[in-house]
Amino acid sequence: MNVNQQPHMASPYGQPQSGYQGYQQTGYGNQHVPGGYPTPYAPYNGPASTYQPGPPQGYSPYASFSSKALATNLVSDLSSPSPLDLGMRGPPTSGPPPVSGTQAYSQFGQGDTQNGPPPMAALPSVSQQYTHGTMQLSGPQSSFNQPFGAPPTSMQQMTNQMSGMQIGSTVPSPAGPGYAPPTVSQASASAAYTPSAPSSFAPSSAVHSQPLPPDSVAQTAPQPFYGAPPTPPQPFPGAAPPFSAAGPAQPPAPPLGSQQSFSQAHPPSQPQFTSAPPPVSTASYGGPPPTTQASHPRAPPLTSQPSTFSGGPPPTSSPSQYPQPMPQQPPVSQPNPFHSGPPQPTTAAGFPPQGGPPLRVPHPGVQGPPMTSQGPPTSQTNHVAPPQPGMLPGPPPVNMAGPPAQPSMQGYPPQQNGAFGQVRGPQPGYVGQYPGQQSYVAQPPAQAPAPAPKRLDPDSIPSPQASDIPPVQKTRHRIDPDAIPSPIQVIEDDKLNKGNEPFVTGVRGQVPPLVTTKFQVKDQGNASPRFIRCTAYNMPCTSDMAKQSQVPLAAVIKPLATLPLDENGPYIVDHGESGPIRCNRCKAYMCPYMQFIEGGRRFQCGFCSCVTEVPPHYFQHLDHTGKRVDCYDRPELSMGSYEFLATVDYCKNNKIPQPPAFIFLIDVSYNAVKNGMVAIVCQELKTLLDYLPRENPNVASNIRVGFVTYNKVLHFYNVKASLAQPQMMVVSDVADMFVPLLDGFLVNVAESRVVIESLLDQIPDMFADTRETETVFGPVIQAGLEALKAADCAGKLFVFHSSLPIAEAPGKLKNREDKKLVGTDKEKSLFQAQVSFYSNLAKECVAQGCCVDLFLFPNQYVDVATLGVVPTSTGGSIYKYTYFQGQADQERFLNDLRKDVQKQMGFDAVMRVRTSTGIRPTDFFGSFYMSNTTDVELAGLDCDKTVTVEFKHDDKLSEETGALMQCAVLYTSCSGQRRLRVHNMAVNCCTQLADLYRNCETDTIINYFAKYAYRGVLNNPTKNVRDSLINQCAQILACYRKNCASPSSAGQLILPECMKLLPVYLNCVLKSDILHPGADISLDDRAYLRQLVSAMDVAESHAFFYPRLLPVHKLNVEGNALPVAVRDSEERLSKGGVYLLETGLNLFLWVGANAQQELLQNIFGAPAFSQIDPNMTSLPILDNPYSKRLREIIESFRAQRSRYMKLMVVKQEDKLELIFKHFLVEDKNNSGGASYVDFLCHMHKEIRQLLS
Amino acid sequence: MTTYQEFIQQNEDRDGVRCSWNLWPSSRLEATRLVVPVSCLFTPLKERPDLPPVHYEPVLCSRANCKAVLNPLCQVDFRAKIWACNFCFQRNPFPPSYAGISEVNQPAELMPQFSTIEYIVQRGPPTPLIFLYVVDTCLEEEDLQALRESLQMSLSLLPPNALVGLITFGRMIQVHELSCEGIAKSYVFRGTKELTPKQIQEMLGLMKPGVSGPHGQPLAPHDAAASCRFLQPVQKVDMNLTDLLGELQRDPWPVPQGKRPLRSTGIALSIAVGLLEGTFPNTGARVMLFTGGPPTQGPGMVVGDELKTPIRSWHDIQKDNARHLKKATKYYEALANRAAVNGHSIDIYACALDQTGLLEMKCLSNLTGGHIVMGDSFNTSLFKQTFQRVFSKDYNGEFRMAFGGILEIKTSRELKVSGAIGPCVSLNSKGSCVSENELGVGGTCQWKICSLSPSTTLALYFEVVNQHNAPIPQGGRGAIQFVTQYQHSNMQKRIRVTTIARNWADAQSQIQHIEASFDQEAAAVLMARLGVFRAESEEGPDVLRWLDRQLIRLCQKFGQFNKDDPSSFRLSESLSLYPQFMFHLRRSPFLQVFNNSPDESSYYRHHFVCQDLTQSLIMIQPILYSYSFYGPPEPVLLDSSSILPDRILLMDTFFQLVIYHGETISQWRKARYQDMAEYENFKQLLQAPLDDAQEILQTRFPMPRYIDTEHGGSQARFLLSKVNPSQTHNNLYAWGQESGAPILTDDVSLQVFMDHLKKLAVSSSA
Repeated sequence: MNVNQQPHMASPYGQPQSGYQGYQQTGYGNQHVPGGYPTPYAPYNGPASTYQPGPPQGYSPYASFSSKALATNLVSDLSSPSPLDLGMRGPPTSGPPPVSGTQAYSQFGQGDTQNGPPPMAALPSVSQQYTHGTMQLSGPQSSFNQPFGAPPTSMQQMTNQMSGMQIGSTVPSPAGPGYAPPTVSQASASAAYTPSAPSSFAPSSAVHSQPLPPDSVAQTAPQPFYGAPPTPPQPFPGAAPPFSAAGPAQPPAPPLGSQQSFSQAHPPSQPQFTSAPPPVSTASYGGPPPTTQASHPRAPPLTSQPSTFSGGPPPTSSPSQYPQPMPQQPPVSQPNPFHSGPPQPTTAAGFPPQGGPPLRVPHPGVQGPPMTSQGPPTSQTNHVAPPQPGMLPGPPPVNMAGPPAQPSMQGYPPQQNGAFGQVRGPQPGYVGQYPGQQSYVAQPPAQAPAPAPKRLDPDSIPSPQASDIPPVQKTRHRIDPDAIPSPIQVIEDDKLNKGNEPFVTGVRGQVPPLVTTKFQVKDQGNASPRFIRCTAYNMPCTSDMAKQSQVPLAAVIKPLATLPLDENGPYIVDHGESGPIRCNRCKAYMCPYMQFIEGGRRFQCGFCSCVTEVPPHYFQHLDHTGKRVDCYDRPELSMGSYEFLATVDYCKNNKIPQPPAFIFLIDVSYNAVKNGMVAIVCQELKTLLDYLPRENPNVASNIRVGFVTYNKVLHFYNVKASLAQPQMMVVSDVADMFVPLLDGFLVNVAESRVVIESLLDQIPDMFADTRETETVFGPVIQAGLEALKAADCAGKLFVFHSSLPIAEAPGKLKNREDKKLVGTDKEKSLFQAQVSFYSNLAKECVAQGCCVDLFLFPNQYVDVATLGVVPTSTGGSIYKYTYFQGQADQERFLNDLRKDVQKQMGFDAVMRVRTSTGIRPTDFFGSFYMSNTTDVELAGLDCDKTVTVEFKHDDKLSEETGALMQCAVLYTSCSGQRRLRVHNMAVNCCTQLADLYRNCETDTIINYFAKYAYRGVLNNPTKNVRDSLINQCAQILACYRKNCASPSSAGQLILPECMKLLPVYLNCVLKSDILHPGADISLDDRAYLRQLVSAMDVAESHAFFYPRLLPVHKLNVEGNALPVAVRDSEERLSKGGVYLLETGLNLFLWVGANAQQELLQNIFGAPAFSQIDPNMTSLPILDNPYSKRLREIIESFRAQRSRYMKLMVVKQEDKLELIFKHFLVEDKNNSGGASYVDFLCHMHKEIRQLLS
Repeated sequence: MTTYQEFIQQNEDRDGVRCSWNLWPSSRLEATRLVVPVSCLFTPLKERPDLPPVHYEPVLCSRANCKAVLNPLCQVDFRAKIWACNFCFQRNPFPPSYAGISEVNQPAELMPQFSTIEYIVQRGPPTPLIFLYVVDTCLEEEDLQALRESLQMSLSLLPPNALVGLITFGRMIQVHELSCEGIAKSYVFRGTKELTPKQIQEMLGLMKPGVSGPHGQPLAPHDAAASCRFLQPVQKVDMNLTDLLGELQRDPWPVPQGKRPLRSTGIALSIAVGLLEGTFPNTGARVMLFTGGPPTQGPGMVVGDELKTPIRSWHDIQKDNARHLKKATKYYEALANRAAVNGHSIDIYACALDQTGLLEMKCLSNLTGGHIVMGDSFNTSLFKQTFQRVFSKDYNGEFRMAFGGILEIKTSRELKVSGAIGPCVSLNSKGSCVSENELGVGGTCQWKICSLSPSTTLALYFEVVNQHNAPIPQGGRGAIQFVTQYQHSNMQKRIRVTTIARNWADAQSQIQHIEASFDQEAAAVLMARLGVFRAESEEGPDVLRWLDRQLIRLCQKFGQFNKDDPSSFRLSESLSLYPQFMFHLRRSPFLQVFNNSPDESSYYRHHFVCQDLTQSLIMIQPILYSYSFYGPPEPVLLDSSSILPDRILLMDTFFQLVIYHGETISQWRKARYQDMAEYENFKQLLQAPLDDAQEILQTRFPMPRYIDTEHGGSQARFLLSKVNPSQTHNNLYAWGQESGAPILTDDVSLQVFMDHLKKLAVSSSA
């Protein structure tokens, strides 16, 4: 039953995710179903809907449709349930082949149809099977075949329908709809599947079931009889006096007693196993597909989607976007220069209304110091936001006084919208329009006027709120913090502008929404920003330009990123036995950038331009536009991300890989036992083992598990199912590690459950009285590695370790903690490994596909820099729980552990990034190992791991073709299937620097800078690293000022709109514990953070460097909205407030001394400030909406991050506040880190120096 | 006056000593001319039901380098309460406890019938016996099952307080911890890496961190006993161990096609030795190795794991083609010496159809007094019963095993000890009575015999050092004292003291007396041991040549003949059998390697050098009984002429027990006459040898291979290869006698051998 159900993923491509999402979704699906509908529907819709959105918009660009039009279509479709639509919709998604033909088409026609639920019983079933096949290995073949059989015919039907549909549906432009999922392709795909599927899967299933029999045989065999022995008498019979019995002639008294006892011993256990499995499996297989289909995993998405579409987005977005943007189009985002002087008309003109300046978030003038009274700081600029007429008045007047931003805020949004609209909508033709800055002019003026008078900066464009600034430099007065670019404002603006409608990836070179914005992605040919984010979406065509600008060209790639439930994961494509189709020369995989020529017989590679024959089985005719007819049926031709099934040629040693294994290695030395870690881990594993990653939630995971405990020696455990008790095997020869047993070490959880539980129960007791304090570490990893080698599989080690490994063994370390080195030239040595042993070990691990996750529970220095070498080279993670206390830290640790164990991940992965001729990837950052300059080898790659890739020019790029990149990751899925995940990304190329500056993403740049700098500290003094960062930044900004900004006085700081936060974020990087350590941070922490950041994605690095600070007291209990965050500065904290600060690693709840009693009562259940327990780690569960909402928020924050954030309650004036203040990154910090304002001044100085 | 035969018998019964000469030539020169050295076979723990041990300390001579034990040969001055040591002539006062002695009140050790006496002494805390099983798991399931059962059964045979341990090995070595409850723990070692004893002890957690000094001094046994989880009293871990053995699985590592399983015997043994060394040094312990094949990896490997390379044969060895031989042998020797130093003995139970590397490993048992048992499978009665018999008990209900024996020899001044051959190692104790000429293991007057059974017998060789020009007064007697300290199986420390004396005789004037005092059986065995000892290090032909030479010289010395006239040659009765013994010895597997694998040779030699005189003689010259309707069973010549159609033969070669039915008998048997009531007598005839064989089987250790065959049977070869080939295809008809069975061999017959001997003996040129 299980088997059948899952498969569901309606859409053919959808399979990959099913495992994951399916999990949670199931629940949903079921709920939904209830309505008289056959369950099947729910699921279907989901996928479909996700799909559809894409097409319309995405398509338009190409077709040169107005986006607006499309949008409207969409809306209308959704809202008006025309019978036709419905009918179409349903089917498509569910997309079972037979039917699928028609459905697919229908989708096609309509483009954005909705989920009409045509109840087709047949369909569902089909779809299921399909998935089934691919996803679950175990699926029965028969079911498989059926679905596929049907398809062929459908083709025609489809076409017919197509036409029919179009007519009926009205709107859709002919081309438009294209996206509909897999019509044709399905059929073909499915066909392709059948052959391969059976073969590949069958084995696995066989494996499954077979194991048992052998066991039983083996065991029973022996028993049989010895009893019938040859002539020789049997001695034993027991009692017989030794000598008397001897004679050969004597009839042997059969030693019945002993024999029997033996034979019996085994049997009991065996039967269970043997018998058990079969039933399960059969049941699952036999289970009629139909039923299973009913519950669709996908269900959830459906529900949610429809609503979103019909409701929110369409209305808002479409109107606002289209209308406004269109007219404005022109503007390029140029920042406004800021000036002390009177507004300059010229500048105004230069300023692009759209994005740039206007948005600039900074606000208000309200606070902004009036120009007059206070001289605005001279150099500061802001990027001005175009002031809106209405707004301006307010701000100017008061400097400090007015309550910040609020007023302006309101007014603001609209503006931004407009502005953004354009940016975002890089519609077709956008480029061409660019030049039209002039048009822009018109607008600004309108806005400008008001500000002009008051602010020194006319152009400056004062954003309403903002403050932009008072920029007065001359006076040298203190700069108003409100006048400088505010991250919060930028984030909020982006949310407002881009958060409401899906981001469609089809258009080359568009900048995606910020990571802080919630948005939906529709894959129409480029990888989702959740997979790839670039620093620049408009790459300079030449290296000279690139050098001049100094803007790093990099992509932050998170190949296995988890997608929100409403987005489909990459579809799986099977190109049959010959493997994925690739370019002959550069070996790029088939993707939308391949140009088919000669009637479809050959294709030209978008990367290297080489022409390759299309294999006959892949041939398809082209339509009049030169596209393959099946373009939209094949994910690899129409989508940015998808997966190929890899053939045996892509496997290590040309062998189909074994399912991976997890090995848990637990430190049982004195410290580990005493702090409770051992007991907690053992207890947790008992339940956690049921949640090992799997692709099909209804089938037990294929992953095998093994257990090792260790202190100075290692204890392996034999947990073979047939044993009554686990067996411990001690290996004390740590100098030369080996695995003492083969059979019974790595076991299937389900089969050995009893033994494993017995083991986990006993481990804490066994070592309860240990006095061993020394531990080893190197041999522990070696042990895991050897075990994987012996089992010939990839896998992951979970090492739970407590102390510096000082016991005599390879990899022994000594305590080298020496804080005196901090700040000296030798500081770098603290980040380097103490011995080379671990890097060699890491190399071996990578070769075997052995990923290591390290959980540290140190009480003192453990040398994370050295211990972390293996985890960080194998794609693993390090978790550190300093001064771990069972009770207090259990929650954080267990949540991390659960997440870590359950994570979807790939094993034994190799990633390769291919690019258009003209650039090439030159540098990689992250947790991995590289044995050559191109292949990123990851023993394990989980859904949180990110690799940052830097590109350099080696030739010229062309504006027409843009710059293409293809990231291909070959990996073994958790079920043991070898796959290739391909992400494609195309960005524009520009010859104008202004284009470059207009299409950057600061968060990504910071991600790159941080990783770059954090690697730099390994080899350079931190001071040099800091200086070079500042220098590069200054150059970037200076270049902009010099080449793109309209002329203005040198004293004015002008920042590009896209980078106006660069200084503040950069300052955060510079002040981070790694680059500028405080006295209280341990070397271990620095090493830990350094390694952590190197694998962070943009969202996490953003929060890490610029923590999110929410004024909880402003929480609106009613809605879903979060209060607008405040800037990370102590000045922004109100004594009467309560703030929640999130860094990605920690959560702080700061309670002001004057917080309202009611508030405290609601949150803490404490009547007074003084009665709040500062040691609490979780909020009391109180039955009031406020408490509920706050806890919800905390939970949702935690859910967003890859690591569990422990909550600390910080009372104002409490000693803990120091720690908290450390994260108020706009302020000066104790160790001498500059405040935002100071740093901005500093930057400005640097820039001026460069310019002069 | 009794005959020498009676004298010899008497002495053997009382003291367990058989001397080659019972009159000793009084000078070095004379002694060397006698060819057969002055020597004896000594059975230290000869069973003496009539000898109650005494419960006090022996009285020792006070001279520091003498320390001989008071014995009946000492002169005692009862009045002065002084005794004179008969070895160094030191006059010693009796200890105070002997104050009451007088002529009529003598302590036992002064009475002549107590020339052998056993003292029970208090030395240190009693330590339990230790049995450490080292079990190969690379066995066929059937074998393993049989072995498991044998081992489980053995637990019930062990003394309840004995400590027992278990090490299993295959590709890896597991040392099982027995004291634990719940999870079964074991320490695992890889089979390829040699570890120092210190490392082993560290890895097993046997060293307390603070205790291991710079020397890595092991813990005192007392402490270790408490802390050693690997050796536990049987009574305590009985159940545990039974389960453990029951769950013992075959080595799980896959064995690829064409390979042998990887068997880490070498490391397993070194761990066993290291374990005991660290925990119970100088305590009686048995390491019992059960192996089903040759060591194939790690130090001590005998053959690689490629099946295509067969294990070394004699041929390879002679061609110097045995790659691993020397290294492995050296390795095991080192191991054996370590075990011996600590008083631990190593048994090898090797059951496999092919060789198992006994050649390399033999020293483990040879040097430590351990047993070697060789069989085809653990699933045979040969192994099962033999193993059971290891734990047999004597008339007192005590185990027939003793541990940690130290044999010390004291001699009169005219005599020095040259060496010993037997399951012992030298303790390198130089004393005044140590000869410079070594025979066997020499250069010492003390030997360690790690494990003793009542039948363990050492050959001891002496040298007369008295110079020819310093005659010994008439009636002078030479004396030898054997002091054997050992740990009895009931944990007592005991000292057995045997003092013997023989008269000196002037070889020139009393040569006939000396000749008459010759004990040809003892001499044959003693010479055979010398031969075997040489065979270990020398080429086979050299040894034979040496033996022949000795025989010829002996014959020349004592034979009566006319020069160059072979037909005149005569030997006196006391030497008459000796040449025949030598003839069979030459043909025996101890010296001949033809048709034997190196392992078999090692096996045979091992037993030959530790069995007592009777058994040794059987090994040299098997016994043949004949059963017929013509009379009661009778011993017959070990000769092909004894093989007659209407006889049943029973041959005992010690290692094999062959019942051979003559042609006619076997036809009758096939016709099943024995089932007919009227042929009851035939049935009885058939039964008779079976019963006799049964008797032998029940007492022999190790149990012989039992063969029931008949005329023309393939197994008959065992008989045919042993008998004197008096009739062969060459001379069958020349003898003109139709009886007997021709042997198809080119070996010389006894007749030819004797002819040649005579010729050479009388030859003036020889």
